[in-house]
Amino acid sequence: MSEAKLEFLEASKTWWNPNKTEFWQDAGVDLVIDRREGYCLYDMDGRRLIDVHLNGGTYNLGHRNPELIEVLNAGAQRFDMGNHHFPALARTALAEALAECTPPGLQYTIYGAGGAEAVELAIKSARHATKRRKIVSIVKAYHGHSGLSVKTGDERFSRTFLSEDLLGEFVQVPFNRLDAMEDALKPGDAAAVIMETIPATYGFPMPQEGYLPEIKRLCERHGALYIADEVQTGLMRTGEMWGISRYGVEPDIMVIGKGITGGMYPISCCVTSPQAGAWLKEDGFAHMSTAGGAELGCIVALKVLEITQRPEVRSMVRYISDYLRSGLDEIQSLYSDFFVGIRQHGVVMGLEFDHPEGAKPVMRRLYENGVWAIFSTLDPRVLQFKPGILMTQSLCEDLLRRVEAAIGLARGDVRGGGGRRGRAG
Amino acid sequence: MDAGIRRLVDISETPVAMRMRAELILERAGWAAQVFQRYDRATTQSIADAAARAAHARARDYAERVVRETGFGVVEHKVQKNELSSLPFVDYYRDWNFVDPRVDPETGLLEIPRPAGVVFALVPSTNPIATVYFKVLSALLTRNAVVISPHPAAHETCVDATRTLADAAVAAGAPEGAVQVLEEVSLPLVNEFMRSEKTDVILATGGTPMVRAAYASSNPAIGVGPGNAPVYVDASADLRAAAARIVDSKSFDNSVLCTNESVLITLESVAKALERELVRAGAHICDEGQTEALRRYLFHERGFNVEALGRDAAWIAAQAGFKVSPKTRILVTPIRLIGVGEDLSREKLCPVLGLFVARSHAQALMQARGLLRYAGAGHSAAVHSTDEQAIIDFAAAVEVYRVVVNAPCSQGAAGFGTGLAPTFTVGTGFFGRSSVGENVGPQHLVNWTRIAWPEDAGRRTEGGGVPRLRHRGPLPRAPSDGVPGEGREAVAPAPRPGSGPGGLSREALREQIREIVAAELRDLLKDGG
Repeated sequence: MSEAKLEFLEASKTWWNPNKTEFWQDAGVDLVIDRREGYCLYDMDGRRLIDVHLNGGTYNLGHRNPELIEVLNAGAQRFDMGNHHFPALARTALAEALAECTPPGLQYTIYGAGGAEAVELAIKSARHATKRRKIVSIVKAYHGHSGLSVKTGDERFSRTFLSEDLLGEFVQVPFNRLDAMEDALKPGDAAAVIMETIPATYGFPMPQEGYLPEIKRLCERHGALYIADEVQTGLMRTGEMWGISRYGVEPDIMVIGKGITGGMYPISCCVTSPQAGAWLKEDGFAHMSTAGGAELGCIVALKVLEITQRPEVRSMVRYISDYLRSGLDEIQSLYSDFFVGIRQHGVVMGLEFDHPEGAKPVMRRLYENGVWAIFSTLDPRVLQFKPGILMTQSLCEDLLRRVEAAIGLARGDVRGGGGRRGRAG
Repeated sequence: MDAGIRRLVDISETPVAMRMRAELILERAGWAAQVFQRYDRATTQSIADAAARAAHARARDYAERVVRETGFGVVEHKVQKNELSSLPFVDYYRDWNFVDPRVDPETGLLEIPRPAGVVFALVPSTNPIATVYFKVLSALLTRNAVVISPHPAAHETCVDATRTLADAAVAAGAPEGAVQVLEEVSLPLVNEFMRSEKTDVILATGGTPMVRAAYASSNPAIGVGPGNAPVYVDASADLRAAAARIVDSKSFDNSVLCTNESVLITLESVAKALERELVRAGAHICDEGQTEALRRYLFHERGFNVEALGRDAAWIAAQAGFKVSPKTRILVTPIRLIGVGEDLSREKLCPVLGLFVARSHAQALMQARGLLRYAGAGHSAAVHSTDEQAIIDFAAAVEVYRVVVNAPCSQGAAGFGTGLAPTFTVGTGFFGRSSVGENVGPQHLVNWTRIAWPEDAGRRTEGGGVPRLRHRGPLPRAPSDGVPGEGREAVAPAPRPGSGPGGLSREALREQIREIVAAELRDLLKDGG
């Protein structure tokens, strides 16, 4: 490690976040991201990493996508964040574009600055529309860290700040268990069910066939709204514009964040049906957000929607998903006693390892081999594997070559034997 | 959406957007090309056949439409060209094998075909549909992906034709995006494609500036120069037959093939008789005034008047200010000079033929050579003669890479009805500042990896059995877990660990390979020690 980096890490501990800084050094990931371009990150010491973390799909179109830079620069010649009280050109344009490309029935867009804020907006809208307070989510759910959103998730994030739900307004049921979901909704007091279409921080366990549509039916039967958290599954990552459409569900509210501005100027969106967003007609001043839907972000988001919907992109996603899967299947057959599962929908992928914290050594070995992917906080057996939707064949091949080597080494770390390939079968 | 916002977000005219547009199409093509290389020969052939059938079925439709769109050419002739560039074209290459390994009988080397990858193919306005067919089918036969960039004048029909072939190819199993077409073209956009590192080879047919730009792009390019074919009729020729062939050729699709005859060179002894035969075949011999009128009309300061491109003889005569019978098939303009100072000795993509009468065989050869030094180097020439020595003397004198004998040059040099490879990209080789001197075809879109053993290890022969390549075919579809009918149970099962080829378990097979490698290493170390 360079002197400069050592010095920097000290500063990071002093001024920014000592524990987090230390955590990564202990985990063997001494990454300080400097330059970034396409699907690659460059450490401040110059090392290149292929990014398959992408901050949960934020960099879906690549880091610093040149078209997004161009449009942001053009936008900056005319706009800034804007004034959130007034009708605004860029906000309205994006809202209209979102209504056109989101599932049928959604109309209004309410803006936030980040995903958690959009989740707050979804919950508040649902509560207003139904006049109920209860919010149902899944065990190990993750929808953000702000006041209401943090209560939908695992207590790992709320307890530290004494912010866990004590009033029984936030109910969690096990994933893929319809009976539990039905029990939660049956009393008829739930405002909404909030579901990540494929729960990311939980390691992308896949919804069973019929699970999500049945939840939607239960919602309808029991007067609750369905909030689709599409922060990580939207924007073509499943091969369709929105993951939820692939499961045949038309949500009442949809939450969009991260990739919507390609990491260039953050905004988030909560898109609602007219019923779910009824407060917008009654009391439009009920929620305010200065940075919510900043107009420069809206300009970038319009470009993101346009790029993402190009016909070529659709076949790129298919190629990337098929090719990586076929390569990962081969790697799995080499290390089948350690690399035990692949969860996949499009480029949303979770790699499962037969060890309670198996994804951590894999993450470290990947890092050594020039790949950045992160374990799932709420299920460290699973590595989140999130390639971008514009990856080239040669970069994908490069990625697989590195993944094969890293998994072999990590298997050795866990099983012993210095990284030798395990017996198949 | 507000118009101002729309304008702000629409950056499509910026260099960045152009570059990204090119990159996206090329990246998709790159994927298709890589997947295509997994295909075996039978599948590849059936894809090319399917595309050729679709091409053939629409040959007339596209001929009619492209004549309407460009305003020039002859429908019937375009139908012929389009048809020839579809089924017969694929048939011509049926016995070639661009997919399997082969043994070179001369050297005993084992050779593996390696497709270029992504072919960026420029299509001219003169033979647009035939060129689209030719380039797409050449790419499909060799498992390459191709991006067609049509000439703006023939854009609409070319886009439609390319899509027809693409759909047929994909329906027959070709990788999605193996055949793409630029839906909007502009010079800066085309330059982005040519410059991109994601383009593996440029197949440039078109005007000289475009071809030179292709070569200047820093990417491998197969570009061809313009034609300007001399046709020599000597005293031994069957004059009637020669005249008929020349008029047929020169009027074929109103002379838009770059292989068309530009200047007829003959000898004093047969000139009058030849003129009579030309007239008999449908030519009009211009007088001095008419020749001058044509000279002025056809050539401007900037070069050939494109208004005349592919127009018929009567129309051109009318534009130049004189009348000929509407049945006139070509206009013949007698000239006394070849080269600088005589515009009519330049390439004329219209049914106007120069006529130069030489005083001797030696002068005829010198003038033919001079014509090609002036323009059209490396391209084509024709000779009508029964004297084999005269033919070879002529062929050796002119700096071209194809000389057709007693045949219409337009069709013959492009490979139709002669032994030459059928093509719409005529390689002009070193004479014509090009990388290929042959009629370009699928064979130019493949390189071969040569596997060489020590010479004393014994020679391989085709009969000895050539090992097969493992063609794995299309990529298996990745599952979409949880989507009815698309989950991991529904798609093809992953390779089962433990079962390898030949009944050996994967592990046992690996163990065997490891043993072999270890033994080889031991030997190496021993030798080294």
